[in-house]
Amino acid sequence: MVEPDKQDHPIMAIDRDGLNALIQRLAAEGYQVIGPRVEDAAVVLGPVAGVADLPAGWTDEQSGGHYRLVADGKGEAGALFGYTLAAQGWKRYLHPPRTRLWQAHREGRSWRVEAEAAPQRYAFLGVRACELSAIGVLDRVFDNGQFTDPGYAARRSGTFIVAVNCGRAAATCFCASMDTGPKAHAGFDLALTELPGEDRAGFVVEVGSPAGAAMLQAIPHGPAAAADIDAAERAVATATAQMQRAAGGREMVADAAGVLSRNAEHPLWEAVAARCLGCGNCTAVCPTCFCTSVEDTTDLSGEVAERWRRWDSCFTLDFSYIHGGSVRRGTASRYRQWITHKLSYWHEQFGTSGCVGCGRCITWCPVGIDITEEARALAESEGRT
Amino acid sequence: MTARKPKLAVWKFSSCDGCQLSLLDCEDELLAVADAVEIAYFLEATRAQVKGPYDVSLVEGSVTTPEDIRRIRKIRKQSKVLITIGACATAGGIQALRNFNRVYDFITAVYAEPDYIETLATSTPIQDHVPVDFELRGCPINKYQLLEVVNALLNGRRPVVPAHSQCVECKAHGTVCVMVSQGTPCLGPVTQAGCGNLCPSVNRACYGCFGPKEMPNTSSLAGWFSANGLGQPHVRDFFRSFNAGAEPFRRESEAHE
Repeated sequence: MVEPDKQDHPIMAIDRDGLNALIQRLAAEGYQVIGPRVEDAAVVLGPVAGVADLPAGWTDEQSGGHYRLVADGKGEAGALFGYTLAAQGWKRYLHPPRTRLWQAHREGRSWRVEAEAAPQRYAFLGVRACELSAIGVLDRVFDNGQFTDPGYAARRSGTFIVAVNCGRAAATCFCASMDTGPKAHAGFDLALTELPGEDRAGFVVEVGSPAGAAMLQAIPHGPAAAADIDAAERAVATATAQMQRAAGGREMVADAAGVLSRNAEHPLWEAVAARCLGCGNCTAVCPTCFCTSVEDTTDLSGEVAERWRRWDSCFTLDFSYIHGGSVRRGTASRYRQWITHKLSYWHEQFGTSGCVGCGRCITWCPVGIDITEEARALAESEGRT
Repeated sequence: MTARKPKLAVWKFSSCDGCQLSLLDCEDELLAVADAVEIAYFLEATRAQVKGPYDVSLVEGSVTTPEDIRRIRKIRKQSKVLITIGACATAGGIQALRNFNRVYDFITAVYAEPDYIETLATSTPIQDHVPVDFELRGCPINKYQLLEVVNALLNGRRPVVPAHSQCVECKAHGTVCVMVSQGTPCLGPVTQAGCGNLCPSVNRACYGCFGPKEMPNTSSLAGWFSANGLGQPHVRDFFRSFNAGAEPFRRESEAHE
């Protein structure tokens, strides 16, 4: 991805028909277009064939352990991207819950190993700024110069990204304090900002790559009016303002990395463990949690063997199982491991925070354990805030 | 591959037969199973009986009579590997509800001549009576997990049957959490995965058919149930169903008597 060249690509605009044309054009070029849609009482990501599949008129209400799909009252005329985040993110496409690494067939006293077929090319529609940042984090995990995960690299390199800037923050959002949003600055092919207010409002479009520029040329578009550019900027500013702690919003405490590194021993861990279910929901919905386990399977005859990789979670007992037993037997040590890795030693490992401030772990924790509040409680116990 | 096929026996104790049926339900794979093992004792499928010892015994059902205790000890002696299948065999089953009451009251209520009934005061899992090599959970068990266990045994590898929560399975399937998105009380966070995501994928909460996951925090979940308007009897009953006798569920249900 390259930085948008503002000279070559002035800010443009498309209407809903233009967005529909974009989805169809992407499909025609061989991408499977993945975008938001309403399913199971939530906005989820899945295949979309056109604007009619998008969650027009739907928004969401989120807090610790709480998500509700809420109608904005405008129906089809309502915003297409009025929700904040889908229940799960793009990780499940770039780093799927289950991936077959290889299959082998017995041939005499040996085995013939078959490589996996080339992956599906995806176009992601509706990637939020925090999620773009998370994809950047995954890039550093799976393709970092020292080592490349070939499956991830193949899926990632073929992906076309349409970002959508946020005009609203959920109560669980804290990207502003993580410096990851709510506006996408890089890492996209095209970035849209949905214009607020009017019925069936259109989008201001920024180009982020040559592929994005070419795609925009292939669909109906025009230059953005100055008033629309202003309105788009104001929409993003609204989302930023909603996240300010002074205004009742949510922020990650300053120097979370230092706070976590200084508090490996703290009574807070046992207090969290009393509430933590150890269910692993937080790691599954986290857009940067990447840990996996490898499983070998055979068929009954022993003629075919397969190796699968599946998402694992540092909240399971088996995760830290080594010879002789599990290293992290207690929930306190597992929660400490997760939050300390995420906020603190991820920096040492990958040169960035592992948290992008999307707040999914807060919403989708069944009992609403809050990463920002736990970090803040540790900081406050130090007497530094 | 060994020259001699391993001898497989399937035994029934107090149970509904549903788990044994899961083996017959393997339809597409059943011929391959029959090809790979010698079905030596399986009354649900065939009257033909081959004498022990057996390489593998699958045991369904719980121990509820003095005769059951004698029989399971004999089966254990005859079996190289003993695998218990289903909630009855691994936790005492739904019939373990008797453990919370006086069994004599039930007998006198049901039978005209209670003196003819010889039964134990409790329904208990097989591992309370003999050593068990592997426990396969579920009410009923999942046929793919059963195949995986048989398969792993035949190929000398460890079965892939994780003890993590149902939530892990929901998230892997992309199922939206009914607890968070609809406020529906759900046992998923304390229940072992393995059912194939049956209830949550049709917008229902988890009933805990696969019993407690490793280190379940039942009191935190029960606290959520209470805070969200569930009365004490309902919280108790949530933990008191097919796996009522499983230790963590038993303790939690008794805390809400």
